[in-house]
Amino acid sequence: MIARFSLRFGVLAYLAAILLVPVGLVFWRTFDHGFGTAWHSVTTPDSKHALWLTLEIAAVSVPLNTIFGVLCALAIVRRRFPGKGLLNAVVDLPLALSPVVAGLAIVLLYGRGGWFESLPFDVLYATPAMVLATIFVSLPFVVREVVPVLREIGTDQEEAAATLGAGAFATFRRVTFPAIRWAVAYGVVLTTARSIGEYGAVRVVSGNIEGKTQTMTLLVQDKYEQFDTTGAYAVSVVLALIAIATLLLMTVIRPREEST
Amino acid sequence: MAADAAAVRAPARTRAPRLGGVVGGGIVAGYLSLIVLVPLAAIAARAGNFENAVTNREAVSALELTLVLALLVALVNAVAGTATAWVLVRDDFRGKRLVNAVIDLPFALPTIVAGLTLLALYGPRGSSGINLAYTRAGVLLALLFVTLPFVVRAVQPVLLELDTDMEEAAASLGARPIAIFRRIVFPNLLPAILSGVALAFARAVGEFGAVVLISGNLPFKTEMASVYIFGRLQSQDAAGAASLSLVLLAISFAVLLLVGALRRWATRHDRPV
Repeated sequence: MIARFSLRFGVLAYLAAILLVPVGLVFWRTFDHGFGTAWHSVTTPDSKHALWLTLEIAAVSVPLNTIFGVLCALAIVRRRFPGKGLLNAVVDLPLALSPVVAGLAIVLLYGRGGWFESLPFDVLYATPAMVLATIFVSLPFVVREVVPVLREIGTDQEEAAATLGAGAFATFRRVTFPAIRWAVAYGVVLTTARSIGEYGAVRVVSGNIEGKTQTMTLLVQDKYEQFDTTGAYAVSVVLALIAIATLLLMTVIRPREEST
Repeated sequence: MAADAAAVRAPARTRAPRLGGVVGGGIVAGYLSLIVLVPLAAIAARAGNFENAVTNREAVSALELTLVLALLVALVNAVAGTATAWVLVRDDFRGKRLVNAVIDLPFALPTIVAGLTLLALYGPRGSSGINLAYTRAGVLLALLFVTLPFVVRAVQPVLLELDTDMEEAAASLGARPIAIFRRIVFPNLLPAILSGVALAFARAVGEFGAVVLISGNLPFKTEMASVYIFGRLQSQDAAGAASLSLVLLAISFAVLLLVGALRRWATRHDRPV
């Protein structure tokens, strides 16, 4: 009994010290100087621009990674081809790789002396590079959620649909997709959270130009380094609220996914 | 007419038509090349003066610090993560569901916010009175924050699946709780613990956002490998940045291969012989 309680309180104390108290404190500190000050610092033109840029980047990278994720999961589970093991490893790589390395790769490819240096439009230190970096780091989430579900459902129903004369697209739309939709939804939530929250890779490729290539995470760092702590905390709180919304969505979607 | 023809032909098929086919395969390969493979190849192509770039004192010191801290992170997570998973599965108390949901917070919270968050409590003018800014302990703390979910989320499902029959049998034969854990539960959890630990290790090796504010990036003291790479790039030393990146890339690949091997090992009894 004593062992059980001490284990429980040990774990809870660890979580509190490392996770809950610091996060709670940021909320507390933000509203230290009143709600008005905090509101003011998240509604400056720079903050608004950062918010829009962040949403724009997510609006491009999330749909692309979702389509890719489903196609890639179908390829991994339903097809046999040489190099499948390599495909698996490459898809997982962004999870295990430093975001700085991801950013550097894009800088070296599109920057001075890179293979794609002379494209007709700006990539580096502009939105396209930031989108590419975001797609890179959030690539694996949909794939990783959909693969186990596809494995689980097998091919019986798809084959039945084919026997009844359904084409490839109809089979996918009416048989496969309904079975994987919650896994896709879960993957989309994770992809979105990562897209909005990415810092390292975007920092490397953006040049961090105020009011131009500054996303919300870059704004947090910028404000902190300019000793505008209240501002940094306020933007952090907006990001933390997005994170909490993500967690809520995850807890809503998870049981549905498991019951399908 | 066309529908009739399809109905006549269909039963002869042995495989369902798959969305994608050659076109889908082409899209997947092209997308992956454009986003991941070609950029990483650019790193390999641009890495220059490799030996000097990875053996100069600052690079070695950054790599050493990174690896030592990542190992520490792996160790702490192995214990704390397993304990947390245990409490979440086998214990019962008010607010357990909330605690369970909160575990994923480090995955959902942007890393820069994680760093700032820790500074609010453990930084200069921090509420705890302990100042860990610009110290290795501070960097360790930031790494523990961002890697917290890995082991918990790897062990939890295995522990949920684990039948308590064996444990009850052992208890009825007089085994003490410690012995039951060591000889029955732990061996079952080991593959999951190891793969969670491996992912936490990889994450710690590459972490940037969470440590950039709290570490102060002091060379030879708190400078991590990823921050060092960023610094090289800022000082126009692309070849040096690319060289050290190759080292990190190799570590990431090694960890992923290890996790894959662990997965196969853990499911070795499930597969038909």
